[in-house]
Order: sequence, then structure tokens, then C-alpha cells
Amino acid sequence: MDIHEYQAKEILKDFGVAIPAGGLAYSPEQAVYRAKEIGGEKWVVKAQIHSGARGKAGGIKVCSNDHDIWEVADDLLGKRLVTHQTGPRGKVVHRLYIEAATGIEREIYLGFVLDRQSERVMVVASGEGGMEIEEIAVKTPQSILRQSVEPAVGMQDFQCREIAFGLGLPAAMVSQAVTTIQGCYRAFRDLDATMTEINPLVVTKDGRLLALDAKMAFDDSALFRHASISELRDKSQEDPREMAAADRGLSYVGLDGNIGCIINGAGLAMATMDMIKHAGGEPANFLDIGGGASPERTAKAFNLVLSDDKVQAILVNIFAGINRCDWVAEGVVQAVKKTELKIPLVVRLSGTNVEEGRKILKDSSLPIIMAETLADAADKAVAAWKQATGKA
Amino acid sequence: MSILIDEKTPVIVQGFTGQIGTFHAKEMMEYGTHVVGGVTPGKGGATHLGRPVFNTVKEAVDVTGAQASIIFVPAPFAADSIMEAADAGIRYCVAITDGIPAQDMIRVKRYMRRYKAENRMRLTGPNCAGTISPGKAMMGIMPGHIYIRGVVGIVGRSGTLGYEAASQMKALGIGVTTSVGIGGDPINGSSFKDILELFQDDPETKAIMMIGEIGGPQEAEAAHFVKENMQKPVVGYIAGLTAPKGRRMGHAGAIISAFGESAAEKGEILQECGVTVAPSPADLGTTMAQVLK
Repeated sequence: MDIHEYQAKEILKDFGVAIPAGGLAYSPEQAVYRAKEIGGEKWVVKAQIHSGARGKAGGIKVCSNDHDIWEVADDLLGKRLVTHQTGPRGKVVHRLYIEAATGIEREIYLGFVLDRQSERVMVVASGEGGMEIEEIAVKTPQSILRQSVEPAVGMQDFQCREIAFGLGLPAAMVSQAVTTIQGCYRAFRDLDATMTEINPLVVTKDGRLLALDAKMAFDDSALFRHASISELRDKSQEDPREMAAADRGLSYVGLDGNIGCIINGAGLAMATMDMIKHAGGEPANFLDIGGGASPERTAKAFNLVLSDDKVQAILVNIFAGINRCDWVAEGVVQAVKKTELKIPLVVRLSGTNVEEGRKILKDSSLPIIMAETLADAADKAVAAWKQATGKA
Repeated sequence: MSILIDEKTPVIVQGFTGQIGTFHAKEMMEYGTHVVGGVTPGKGGATHLGRPVFNTVKEAVDVTGAQASIIFVPAPFAADSIMEAADAGIRYCVAITDGIPAQDMIRVKRYMRRYKAENRMRLTGPNCAGTISPGKAMMGIMPGHIYIRGVVGIVGRSGTLGYEAASQMKALGIGVTTSVGIGGDPINGSSFKDILELFQDDPETKAIMMIGEIGGPQEAEAAHFVKENMQKPVVGYIAGLTAPKGRRMGHAGAIISAFGESAAEKGEILQECGVTVAPSPADLGTTMAQVLK
């Protein structure tokens, strides 16, 4: 789960990380008022969306008077920002964060990730802040410093000092750096984060270390023990279909193709999508309906797939292990009747009780195209789609 | 021979008396798995499915001589159960549970390292379908009837795609020594390489089917192991050609977040390292048949 910059900053602040003075605004009036509260002569108006690279998309503006703040806030609120991380549809700005502008001496990158290679928390830092880490890794890989955290004892101060000295920070700032790095690490560990990124962490002209931007993502599997983090979820930033799927215990990812997929198991789902591509089609979605594919769940899956109006054919591929094919078939028949399905449907069943399942589909006398194998299923789905759309 | 389990391996079930544990324990016993008991804290002393229930894994091991354990404990408590098994002297543990927090798994793996390598428990999973040595024993949730006994070792992340591979091979008369699910989580007990090492040393296994997916470094690591150490042919497939970068495809670990983690890139690495990559997931069986010729 992703959260907003201002939320990440509030969390990190509680763990001892210094941030510039700032406040949230939902309207231009509030934005101007926040700036007054903060004081000073220059402010940054920052669009709060779940994405990096907001600056390039025009989501971050420096202002030096009330009028500018009002104008910028008015322009940004309700606007759809498109960055390379949001996808072409972009994300709508509903909240702004108004922050005191900072006199920057230098910019540092500081990140925390779960490293799958070492199976530990890894701290990554670079003196080339401001750029994205992928860019740093290409342009100046030698500038990247890494520290791996021993899980039994956690992050040690000496590791933080090695990073601080490695970044060439003046001796007087090293203890500030240790506090910052330890604070980020403790927040990461205590709250089950999967990613924390401060980019940039800046050295100010007056010798302070401030987190100018902050990004945190959390382990969905650990939210059960962090109610306070779950509360930070902003549904306006999520794909409505994926959210609806998650709320129904289904796993859905929307894509750009036309063949809707309903499959059990993540691996088989990916493989079936691969097959559709091999057969000359494009999948409209990833959808794993899980092990216990009850008729209700199957019906929900149909509704979900059909809510994407790009979908022009549906492929159901179930390899029944825990569940039984006859049960899945019942669900398919019910769903087809309930949704009054108008587009071609290809069903491939395999595994436990496959004969009973096929019989149910056949006896339903619904226009269901049956397939025997994975290849057969993909071929038939693509052919049916082409025929239905006149592409054959 | 087979790897990890056979008909003699004494198995206990952690989360034995729960709905899911009960269902699958029954299936496992019907398949022929030597289930000697189970653990549910607080229900020790009871009998369930004709087998004794214990409060702790230690007790279960002391009384039954259990060597393997399968875990159906809910995600919030599963890491604790795995560590309990490791501490009780269990040799092999299959964690079926889906949704264990990643940092819990980091702690589990660190904890397991406190035991000397020769006493260390082997863990496969979590978030997997389990392990089956066809005709001998099953520790998992797979439909046993789709596997026939034979000479191919299967290792894969996904349950259902593993079933797909087994049934494609069965249709061609190709059987399996052992099929091992290593699970779809980013931090797992055993990697592809760990299981390849076991198949390499198993005289009965003549070839290996390795089914990976997008995300993480383990397929590439295994590919290099194949190149440098494997004497047996390996057929591979990486699922997720159509997966966009940065999107999680169901499995917690199935996400392309770094260079080299896409299906196309991993497929190339496998190919370069001498793995025979199946042209599509519908060709898993036929590709294996060609390799075995």
C-alpha cells in the first residue's frame, strides 16, 4: 500500500527525521492560510498523488506570494497528473501540501528496500540526489553506497556513520545523519514498510539535514497489525476495478487488451495471458480468483471483468486442485445467466471432477465454447474475439 | 528415489484441527502420506482424524518421531510456527500459508541460520502448493491424481501452473520424481537453486522442469547454477510476458521492480545458461519430451 508524501513525512517525523514546516490544504483558501501559518517568504505547493516525478508533471510549484499560491492551488486541485509512474490515465490531485521553501546546499538520495537477493533490509544512499535511483544507477553507479541490515540486531550506528562519511558530509552533520537514517530504519521495521525513499534529503544552507520529499510503501500482508497505517489508504489514488477486486478477495490488474481472463492461481493466470499473446491476442486483465472458486466468487469475477468495456471476449481457465471443476462450472453457468453475457466465452476446465464440470457446461445449452488444453483455450478465445469484432 | 519426502517420512500438520488443515490432512493421508499427528496449541491430548494432537511441535516430535511438518497456520501466526518447527528438530517444513509479512520471513530465515547447516531445517514456501513425490507421499494441497511417477523433477513458484506442467507431461506419459513448490512470496524458504541442487544429487531424477515467473533474482541465480554445476538437462519457462513493470501480478513476489526481472529478460538468461526454454506454457510437456529423447 502506498501513502502520500505528507503522510510519510508525518510518520518519519515521529521517528526523529527532520522535515520542513508544512501543512495540508484541500482548497486554494486553505493553501494561502497554510502559507501564512508556516511563515517565511517562499513556499512550495506540492500536489499529493501516489507517484514520484511529480515535479516534471507540473505538480510542484514554488510561490512567493498569496496570489501565486491561490492560483497554483486552484489550478492543481482536481487536475489529473500524468507521470511515468501513474500510467497514461494519471492520478487526480485532491490534496495539496504547502511547505516552507528550503535553501538547498546539496541533495542526497536515501532509500530503504527489502532486498530479495540478501533477504534483508538494504539501505541505499547516493550523493547524487534529486534524480531517481534507476537514473543514478546508470549515470553514476560508483556514487551508490549500500548497507545491509542484520535482522537479528537491526541497523547499527556505525553503518549510518559509514554512509554519512561516505556521502562526504561534514563531521558536524554526522550525528544528524545517524538520527535520520536510524529514524527511517526504525519506521521501516516497526511499521512493516516495503520501501522508504527520501529523495532528496537535503543539506540546507544553514547546515541542517531535511527530508524534502518522502515516499513510503507498506506490506499489504502486514496491515493486519498496523491499523494506523491502513487508515492512511487513499482510495482516490487506486484503480477502482482493482480496489473492487481486492475488496472481494480477488486479485486483479487491468491491462490494455480485449480478452478478459478469469483464472485460478497467479502463475497459471500469467501463463494463460502469455498464451493469449502467443495466439495473437492481448489480455484485458490479470485475474486470479484463488483456490476456493465458489459460484459466488466466479460470478463476482465475471462482473469485474465485464466492468471493463474494452473486453470483447472472455477466457476462463481453471485448473482445479482444492476446488472442483463441477463447482466452478456451476458458477460459470450462473454468472453467464445473471450477467446475460453477450460476448463469446471460452472455458477450459482441468483437474478434479473435470468430466462432471464439462457436463454441466454442456447441459446448460449456453453458447459456451469448450476447450481442452491451454493452447486450445487461447486459440479459441482469440479466434472468437476476432470473429466477434470482425477482425477475422 | 525422490527428494525431500517419501512414503516413510513421518509428517505432522501444524494447524491440524482447523478447517483447512483438517481437509488437507485427510487428503494427504488418503494419498498415502505417513501423517503421524498434528499440533494445535491448546488442543493437546485430543485425537483428530485418528491421530494424536499436541500442544507444541517439540512434544509431537518427542512422541511421534516426526521429521517433516506442513503448516496451515493463519498468516499472522505462521512465522512463529515455522520457527517452532525449526527449533523442535523438524528436518523439512512446507509452509502453505499465503500472506505472511515479508519482514516476518526475513526473521524466520535469520532464525533458521542459528542452527548448524547439518541440523538446519529445510523450508519450502510459504505461499506454495507443497511437495509431492508421486505414488509415495504428498505434503501439500495439489490434486494428487494429476502426477504419475517418473524421472522428472519439477520446481516452480506457482501451484496451478505446476499442475499444468505435470498434466501436460502425464498426457505424454512422462512422470515425476518429486514436484516442489517454492511459493510466490518475495522471501521464501528455498530458492530454485536450492532445489536444483537436490535434484542434481537424486539418481532417479533424469531431467528438471523449472517454472519461474517475473520478479526477483532467483531464476537468474538458478540459471547460473545450471550453467556451472548441473549435469542434468533443465527445461524452463518464465510466466508473465504481458506483465507491466511495477504491477504486482497476484503473488506478492511477482512484480518487476528492477532490471533483469521481466519474463523476457529471465528467459534470455535461462537460454544463455543452457536451459531449454519452452516456447510457450502450452509446450512444457512437449519440450520435456524432446529433452528426454
